[in-house]
Amino acid sequence: MFVLVVGGGKVGYYLTKELSESGHEVVLMEKDRTRANQIADEIGSIVVAKDGCEGSALAEAGANRADIVAAVTGDDEDNLVICQMAKHHFAVRKTIARVNNPKNEPLFKHLGVDELISPTRMILGSIEQDIPVHELLHLASLSGDFELIEAQLDETSPAVGRNAREIALPEGCAIVAIVRDDVAQGISGDTVLRAGDKVIATGRPECEPALHETLIGVAIA
Amino acid sequence: MRAVIVGCGRVGATMARALDTAGHEVTIVDLVTRAFDRLPATFGGSAVRGDGTDEDTLRRAGTEGADLFLALTEGDNRNIMAAQLALEALGIQRVFAKINDPVRAQAYAELGIGTICRTTMMAGALLGVLGQPDGGEPSIREGTGHGHEVAAAAGPVRGEG
Repeated sequence: MFVLVVGGGKVGYYLTKELSESGHEVVLMEKDRTRANQIADEIGSIVVAKDGCEGSALAEAGANRADIVAAVTGDDEDNLVICQMAKHHFAVRKTIARVNNPKNEPLFKHLGVDELISPTRMILGSIEQDIPVHELLHLASLSGDFELIEAQLDETSPAVGRNAREIALPEGCAIVAIVRDDVAQGISGDTVLRAGDKVIATGRPECEPALHETLIGVAIA
Repeated sequence: MRAVIVGCGRVGATMARALDTAGHEVTIVDLVTRAFDRLPATFGGSAVRGDGTDEDTLRRAGTEGADLFLALTEGDNRNIMAAQLALEALGIQRVFAKINDPVRAQAYAELGIGTICRTTMMAGALLGVLGQPDGGEPSIREGTGHGHEVAAAAGPVRGEG
């Protein structure tokens, strides 16, 4: 597996190091020459001191035969351009972008970036898990634009007292499991939901409002 | 028409003034308030301080559904991203991004946004004055106004760079 990492900040540096140690072929691009040399001194001559946004530099670093390009600079706009150049100019199979502004995620996805990693979203998700709110919690993003979400039911939730068969889920959504009294269990059509249940469901982001209404009721936002 | 300009540098300010004078409704966005000093006292449009690559900022500035969007900051990638936001998220059909790297300018013209390349433009103009051939590469390209799907249908060509 040949991975091209663009951006030699902390993320790019440790990513390159880990990949290299686990035996993958990896090249790191860092446009700042001083920083590039510093990294090369530590991890060897797999650093290209060029701007990964430029087509000619990408070609030089081997983008032609890269299986994956990971754009992990601190700037969203640079990461977007790196991934687009990799995709459209070099037909790289998988592009991964670090996204700082979570609101950029739909745009990046729409523009063809395959995988988005948002540190902001991850920390946000972690914080949300600790706060008891009447909202859907994002547990994870799955491939194919699916999300894994958790809905906490209480006495007022419309889904309470009904079995899974009676609940009209939005098209393309499914209940995966429930967590009841701190025990996870699978769900059948006969499972009757109770207040206090955590419902783990999956679906596309656009189904979220409908899912919210079906399971928790109208948002209290 | 309603025009949005991101980046109030020399080019941005000049365009803002010209379009304003011609009677168009102009909104200009820049990160730094002092950049608006470049606008004439007579400027009748609105100047908004904010990040032109931030969708929230652009919406707040009332740019949705504008007729023209010009991304004219100093950063190629910032312009590229702002222009794509305008085209894909804000429903603006006619967008131009200033992209000084000729390779990137060509690549993004193929992806549907209008591009203007200072490098090609200046080199072409100078070579013209000197009576030398300029290679014939266009320095300004109109976008398709369609955005991503249409452009992507052409498919990538492995090996070009």
